[in-house]
Amino acid sequence: MGPLTYFGEISTEWNYVIAIFIGMAFGYIMEASGFSSSRKLIGVFYGYDFAVIRVFITATLVAIIGLLYMGYFGWIDYSVLFVHPTFIFSATIGGVIMGFGFIIGGFCPGTSLCALAIGKIDGWVFTVALFVGIFIYSLVFPFIEPYYNMGDMGHITISEYLNISNAWFTFWFALISVAIFYVTSVIRKKVKEVRY
Amino acid sequence: MSFWKENKKHVYWNPYFGGFMLGLLLIATFYITGRGLGATGATKSAVITTVKTIDHDYAQHSAYYSKFHLDEGRNPMNNWLVFETIGMIAGAFLSGALSGRVKFRIQHPPHIASNKRLIYASIGGLLFGFGSQFARGCTSGAALSGSAVLSLGGFITMAAIFGTAYIVAYFFRKIWIN
Repeated sequence: MGPLTYFGEISTEWNYVIAIFIGMAFGYIMEASGFSSSRKLIGVFYGYDFAVIRVFITATLVAIIGLLYMGYFGWIDYSVLFVHPTFIFSATIGGVIMGFGFIIGGFCPGTSLCALAIGKIDGWVFTVALFVGIFIYSLVFPFIEPYYNMGDMGHITISEYLNISNAWFTFWFALISVAIFYVTSVIRKKVKEVRY
Repeated sequence: MSFWKENKKHVYWNPYFGGFMLGLLLIATFYITGRGLGATGATKSAVITTVKTIDHDYAQHSAYYSKFHLDEGRNPMNNWLVFETIGMIAGAFLSGALSGRVKFRIQHPPHIASNKRLIYASIGGLLFGFGSQFARGCTSGAALSGSAVLSLGGFITMAAIFGTAYIVAYFFRKIWIN
């Protein structure tokens, strides 16, 4: 039963070897989907290319449904999976800062690594700046620590928060996703084509 | 050969296929490790290691770096995400090489000069580095992997990143479109 490392079926050393292969698949999928191109990524915000939102939402949906089913079948212990903790304030403000970073820089950290891998200088510059950004964060951390820990809700899921079952949340999320896919394809046809 | 490569340069996977494959990879990652994917974790490890190497005393006593228990002899590079990120770069290179996309260049819209593009990229990187630490993860670690297991914070961060970018896209349109 999974997760394999949690139940000690894979040692730490093998886990690191597997990490390299998982990373390779991650990088390959992102690059093959066109995520090494900032102009393709940013198309999602100007309506000329919706690849980002299609890949992102499809991946989320597949993962949510797949993991829930694996839990139902008893192949994975769903209760021990790491649920990213929720700190309302920092999750929102951090996201807003990253939103500005995305629209100005044209990458997010994962995609800038893909761009770097195929020789895009803008990807190199973004990644170096990423290091500097984290270093600056470490310097101001003492001053913003209280805000960092504000609104701690623990490892809460969205279905717990909305007080509905996981299955119902997933059902509604799937419906919304299909609506988003439809709307984006309509917008795409109306927006002037951008060649890149 | 070169002609064939030229033709494949701008041919990417169907986004729904790419998304499906990424979803399967996320499931596999959770099945094996119990956690999701990440991209900024390794960058953070590298920053911590650099600071530790330059000034060990500072790293041990600073409010931020002391969180990582450097005094117990732990090596921040000995981390799952570091190995994953090394793989990411190799995997992306492989995909790019197979499609003839590997080349040193600066990609920018025709009306934006190269050096301007690099300035914008560095501003974006700074903001993303800072924001990802504050939000406890970036688009991969918080938004994608968080949402995969229905984390509330994951959905909030996802909505905040894309929502903000959509709202302010109008003001930054000159960077990207005519």
